[in-house]
Amino acid sequence: MINNRAVYIVLGCAVALLIRCNPADKIPSDEPVQRHEADWSDGLATYEATWPEKFGIGRPADKSFIAKWDIDVRPDGKGLPKGEGNVKDGAVVYQNKCASCHGVNGYEGPEDKLVTDSTGRNTIGNYWPYATTIFDYVRRAMPFNAPGSLTDQEVYDITAYLLYLNGIIQEEYIITEKTLPAVEMPAKKRYILDDRRGGPEIR
Amino acid sequence: MSAEREHFRQIRNLVRWLMAAVVFFLILAVGFAVYQHTSNQVIEPDFDSKIVVDPSKVQGAPSSEVGYRSKFDSPKRIATYETASRTPLEDLQGTITPSDLHFERHHAGIPEIDPSQHELLIHGLVEKPIRLKLSDLKKYPSVSRICFIECSGNFRYGKREMTPGEVCGLTSQSEWTGVLLSTVLRDLGVKPEAKWLLAEGADGALMARSVPLQEALTEAIIAYGQNGEAIRPQQGYPMRLVIPGFEGNTQIKWLRRIEVTDEPVMTREETSKYTEKVKDGNIRMFSLVMDARSIITYPAYPKKIEKGWQELRGIAWSGRGKVTKVLVSVNNGKTWQEAHLQGPVLEKAHTAFKFMWNWDGKPTRVLSKAIDETGYEQPTYNQLVEARESKGGYHFNPVVGWDVEKSGEVYLADIKDI
Repeated sequence: MINNRAVYIVLGCAVALLIRCNPADKIPSDEPVQRHEADWSDGLATYEATWPEKFGIGRPADKSFIAKWDIDVRPDGKGLPKGEGNVKDGAVVYQNKCASCHGVNGYEGPEDKLVTDSTGRNTIGNYWPYATTIFDYVRRAMPFNAPGSLTDQEVYDITAYLLYLNGIIQEEYIITEKTLPAVEMPAKKRYILDDRRGGPEIR
Repeated sequence: MSAEREHFRQIRNLVRWLMAAVVFFLILAVGFAVYQHTSNQVIEPDFDSKIVVDPSKVQGAPSSEVGYRSKFDSPKRIATYETASRTPLEDLQGTITPSDLHFERHHAGIPEIDPSQHELLIHGLVEKPIRLKLSDLKKYPSVSRICFIECSGNFRYGKREMTPGEVCGLTSQSEWTGVLLSTVLRDLGVKPEAKWLLAEGADGALMARSVPLQEALTEAIIAYGQNGEAIRPQQGYPMRLVIPGFEGNTQIKWLRRIEVTDEPVMTREETSKYTEKVKDGNIRMFSLVMDARSIITYPAYPKKIEKGWQELRGIAWSGRGKVTKVLVSVNNGKTWQEAHLQGPVLEKAHTAFKFMWNWDGKPTRVLSKAIDETGYEQPTYNQLVEARESKGGYHFNPVVGWDVEKSGEVYLADIKDI
């Protein structure tokens, strides 16, 4: 009886060893051994399964709060306030609030060139794909010494003036929430989406 | 008799002097002991007078609330402009960047934000828009992850006397802690038409970037911790977006708003900046992932090496996953050998590589190139220029080399000659 049990145990161990060894034997020796390497998401799915359906953290944001913060302006015009800007008024605002950094004509610097000149440096006229970005950025971050201090009216006027200086609109063209998204920027056709995908190809 | 008296007087004087001396030294000793006992001051080695205190023979400094670096070791960021500073890669040990040496890039300075006044608004194409304070954010299940953050404009060259940090020190690595964006958005309910998100900071630039939602949802973290403590103001205190592998500019610091949208906003930073000129006159946009890269940090300028065995060291990283291999050449590219990678190798993380090298004292050039798990091999400058028909711009990640001169001095190799 004892002898039989010992035989079974030995046989069992042998079978277990064979089962364990077999898959390893099938790995071709020239393939790198897979090391278990620590990963940030190890065990996360198991942990997530213990979470409640909802956490319900934070407080609801109402429409008026969102409206105050939601300042971005998209190429389709979404986000633009109602308004009208013209080149003549834009010239005045520009000279008062922008010229000291960007130059009287928009290309003398010392900061970024806004208007195309003979240097070929990137400007609104030769590089920016969307006119709405001017409104979004100027309202968001300009002037540098007093960001966010311009009124929507001033931003509309400056936008009109910068488009005019770059030869994109005529002097009498009025920029509104309807006309700004319709302005075609010369550089837009040059833009492509990222085409790098990893792998051996260099792009 | 007088001679006897004279002799006695002399002895008496001697005894008096001796007693005076003993008393004097006693007072001195007691005084010193009392001073030693009461004063908490550290006896600093006085290098100017060449008297060095043996540190094993005095009591050291007391404990303190906040630690400090040894005064003999003071790595510093390399300040390039008022709005940027670089990590001194050559001064770091291991792969974690000390938080105070993390590179900086800001567009309107570093805002000072009181977390009790700060809120993160998440709105747009979600069922339930919310406002979150820092304390709210910390209630969600937390996640920590070690990864690099690199600015996509991270390449400078042009002279021989440049350090690794000056060449590409706009990359740093931290352990970031926060909540997965997907965890928060799961709670709010994302509408089916959602395809993008806009992230916006609370700095003077209201820095804003659009990111494809699908990619952001996989790994993005709304982080509040950096290397075990709160995020430093320079890195976005009290909260920032961390998107492992993405270019630094998308990982909005001082995060105050996330809008889930169906279209990208086309902000200034994703059109007029952070886009690059590529072939056929095209401009590439939304090039978000950082390609694989490496740099040898030793030997490198301004170090001088000696003939014989040395451990060549560097870091390699890829925004597309793990670095699988770093190839090193110590003979100007004639032959390449595989460097040892320090494990565990993490995804989208600085990975240390080492290579044991016996320098024969002859002038040579050392090079490194990274290969990542997609099979991407770090290109040379000339390969990049040929592929893009452009001599620079964002996402320029060429193989960098160091010229080792006969004297043992090391200089940045001419990038166009590699």
